[in-house]
Amino acid sequence: MPENTDAVILDGVPAVAPDGAPVPVDKRDKPRSLWNDAWYDLSRKPIFYISALVILFLIVISIWPGLIASQDPLQCNLIDSQNGPSSGHWFGFDQQGCDVYTRTVYGARASVEVGIFSTLGVAVLGAVLGGLSGYFGGWLDSIISRVSDIFFGIPILLGGVVFLSAVKGGSVLTVSTFIILLGWPQLARIARGAVITAKEQDYVLAAKALGAGHGRILLRHIAPNALAPVIVWSTIALGTFISLEATLSFLGVGLKPPAVSWGIDISAAAEQIRNAPHMLLWPAGALSVTVLAFILLGDAVRDALDPKLR
Amino acid sequence: MGRYVIRRLLQMIPVFIGSTFLIFFMVYALGDPVAALFGDRAPDPATAAQIRAELHLNDPLWKQYLIYMKNIFTGDFGTAFNGESVVSLMRSAFPVTIRLTIVAILFEIIIGISLGVLTGMRRGKPDDTGVLLLTLVVISVPTFVTGYVLQYLFGVQWGWVSPSVSPEAPFNELILPGLVLALVSLAYVTRLTRTSIAENTRADYLRTAVAKGLPRHRIIIRHLLRNSLIPVVTFIGTDVGFLMGGAIVTERIFNIHGVGYQLYQGILRNNAPTVVGFVTILVLVFLLANLLVDLLYAVLDPRIRYA
Repeated sequence: MPENTDAVILDGVPAVAPDGAPVPVDKRDKPRSLWNDAWYDLSRKPIFYISALVILFLIVISIWPGLIASQDPLQCNLIDSQNGPSSGHWFGFDQQGCDVYTRTVYGARASVEVGIFSTLGVAVLGAVLGGLSGYFGGWLDSIISRVSDIFFGIPILLGGVVFLSAVKGGSVLTVSTFIILLGWPQLARIARGAVITAKEQDYVLAAKALGAGHGRILLRHIAPNALAPVIVWSTIALGTFISLEATLSFLGVGLKPPAVSWGIDISAAAEQIRNAPHMLLWPAGALSVTVLAFILLGDAVRDALDPKLR
Repeated sequence: MGRYVIRRLLQMIPVFIGSTFLIFFMVYALGDPVAALFGDRAPDPATAAQIRAELHLNDPLWKQYLIYMKNIFTGDFGTAFNGESVVSLMRSAFPVTIRLTIVAILFEIIIGISLGVLTGMRRGKPDDTGVLLLTLVVISVPTFVTGYVLQYLFGVQWGWVSPSVSPEAPFNELILPGLVLALVSLAYVTRLTRTSIAENTRADYLRTAVAKGLPRHRIIIRHLLRNSLIPVVTFIGTDVGFLMGGAIVTERIFNIHGVGYQLYQGILRNNAPTVVGFVTILVLVFLLANLLVDLLYAVLDPRIRYA
């Protein structure tokens, strides 16, 4: 991937005009950087706007769920248990007699929190460890790579069930901590590869020749050029982490009631699918649309950053 | 090649020790195996102390781990909550999960690769876009939701298959569970094959093959497929480990008494030997599968040679 990002930079610089005359590089005709180029590509894609809008909407309602839901998600009446849609309760009621619509709206917060916390954690930890091990190499690389192999050796779902049942977890914090703990090695590998390619480039050599220190080279020269794969992977991973949280809740080790989350509602509804399919539709639909939005956004960003696929 | 295999096997040892120690740490240091034996009631302090001594729980953790590993290598995985030995649980559970995994992998290979080849060669056409969208939907919906929905539709509503699996779990009852287990990976296989095929259709060797006037099926099978399937084979190989781990969800939905079921029971009842034992074996399977993939890589791609 990094060798393609170079191609983008080269493509972005209009060194020679079609008639063969060199193009004067002034302020109005600045060479486009990789990021300008990617943005130019993204701003022309409807998929990008749709998925970004979905995600924006999701973030807004997870901060202010009251905006579109007037009821209390924990205000339930067993007399309504499994009742189908009615006026004022368009999505019907769940097993406990709670309003499905209200719970779906309020459930967004837990999923978004798990997704954002764990992705941020994984991205920071993975990028730092992977970046350092790729840049310095040697014994640091060996140690970090072996440690990441160890965490990589544990299938994530199994590890999650074991870890979360051992710590008696069940909060956004414990679930996110676990995802960070087992998720970072994959990103570290990606970041390591990207940094190894970036550090061989001439501009890094030039910076070194000018007497730049490790810190400056890493932050000013390598990080901006190795960031693309990290961002793409993190965006897609955010969606899968949200899905993972739901699966862990289904297995009874994720979030626990009275917390309101899509995972809890989906697993409660899934077991009742024969009696009341409407209970499953809304939380599962909301979760799937969210995951889909993040995957599509990641795909769009990758296509924009990687010209090989165009 | 021989030296490479030996080096890889040696490298596997620290990873195996590290991964199993991590699991061991989670179960024995973060959880409390003795309190778990008593369920909801508080254990009698004297009895608890006696059990702790018997299970070596007063020793430092690394020593407990060494004792555990020594026992494992003599074939003693400890006792499950119902008094049965963990080894006998494994003997009944692993064949079931292996059968389930085989069904899932067959689905991945047959459906995933065919769809990938078809869409890769018809890039940009409506059927390509349709399949691509379908794979995205499959990836986005959590497996347990798809599992319950398919079980409801095929098993209950239309009655095509039995909604739950008998304890013997013969192959024909595992078709639907295998499909559910495979679905997400199947979508990935399709996308991966599609990208790979689309990339290779533009390769020089393929143009040469066409220019030589080779028949179409020969071009596709001998030239295009052989080169495009290398990344797919790698994916399917590493997927074996994930499938066996993912079986914990599928087995719960369809009530299959395999590895995932036993592991889940072990966790539910806080039975440390069951959990650590099963996960240890699964980690080993996962590592071996990764090694096999690396070796297969050299066989499939003659440009790669391991010294």
